[in-house]
Amino acid sequence: MSVAVHPNPSHGPQGAAVETEHGHEHDNGSLYVLGFWLFIIQDLILFSCLFATYLVMQGRTAGGPTPKELFDVPGFSWETFLLLTSSFTCGLATFQLRRGKAASTIGWLVVTVLLGLGFVGLEANEFVTNALEGATMQRSGFLSAFYTLVGTHGCHVSLGIGWVILLMIQLARRGVTPVTFRKVFIWSIYWHFLDIVWVFIYTAVYLNGLAR
Amino acid sequence: MESTHSAHAGRFPWAHIVGYILSLVLTAAAFWLVLAHKAGLATTLVVIVLLGVLQILVQLFFFMHITESDGPAWHTVMLLVGFLFVVAIVGGSIWIMSFGGQVVA
Repeated sequence: MSVAVHPNPSHGPQGAAVETEHGHEHDNGSLYVLGFWLFIIQDLILFSCLFATYLVMQGRTAGGPTPKELFDVPGFSWETFLLLTSSFTCGLATFQLRRGKAASTIGWLVVTVLLGLGFVGLEANEFVTNALEGATMQRSGFLSAFYTLVGTHGCHVSLGIGWVILLMIQLARRGVTPVTFRKVFIWSIYWHFLDIVWVFIYTAVYLNGLAR
Repeated sequence: MESTHSAHAGRFPWAHIVGYILSLVLTAAAFWLVLAHKAGLATTLVVIVLLGVLQILVQLFFFMHITESDGPAWHTVMLLVGFLFVVAIVGGSIWIMSFGGQVVA
């Protein structure tokens, strides 16, 4: 069994035989990446349950604020812009990672973290503003489902920020090694996944609420 | 997706920039469609969901390196099964709760 982790855990054309293509055994690096994809898919199913609940509950406002009254257009537009941009800068970090450049990888990860912090800050501000206006989680079925869905995504983003700060410390101390490469690569899949989930929150929650 | 592979090897991240511009354009298109009230509710909802699906494809192909793997691409098979579950859970829930016409507006 090979214990060496290839510096590029996920590469080469789809379906290519590893021995002939790269001249080494199938390694553990790609197994970690595959396992992480499995986690992403189960997380996707968790979010789909929350989306289903929200879509069923969105009309149940119990005399409280409706989606259209509650949603702040500049607020969620900025949140969307920050997260889309952070997904892009995360991609640039991976690009530099592939070229083995630890310093510029860390640089783009710092930008990504700052954009992520901006996103979490705006979302926290949105939640506090709503709650002070009486739109609390216990007010109606709509608001319970709204805070559960959007809040679960916000928790994922916050966790991702803490996670990548630890990875940046490892990158700064060890440079781009097979292990740090694999760890940062896996984190980037997580971050892009959160962007996808947000695109659907933007579509199915915010735009859907405004369209009615 | 040979184009994204050659972009990874290159000195300038073209694939990422194209992906970023596409994602901004798709987001803006959905935003404009809803705020300008150009179409009826059903049409608007169908179009913005389709724009969201295109966004997923942009992320998967331009940023998430979906086409890359050593050996068989099991993650794409798992992903397709995952999407099937998502459609079943979300679509099925909305459909079953629509009976009586008072739950889903």
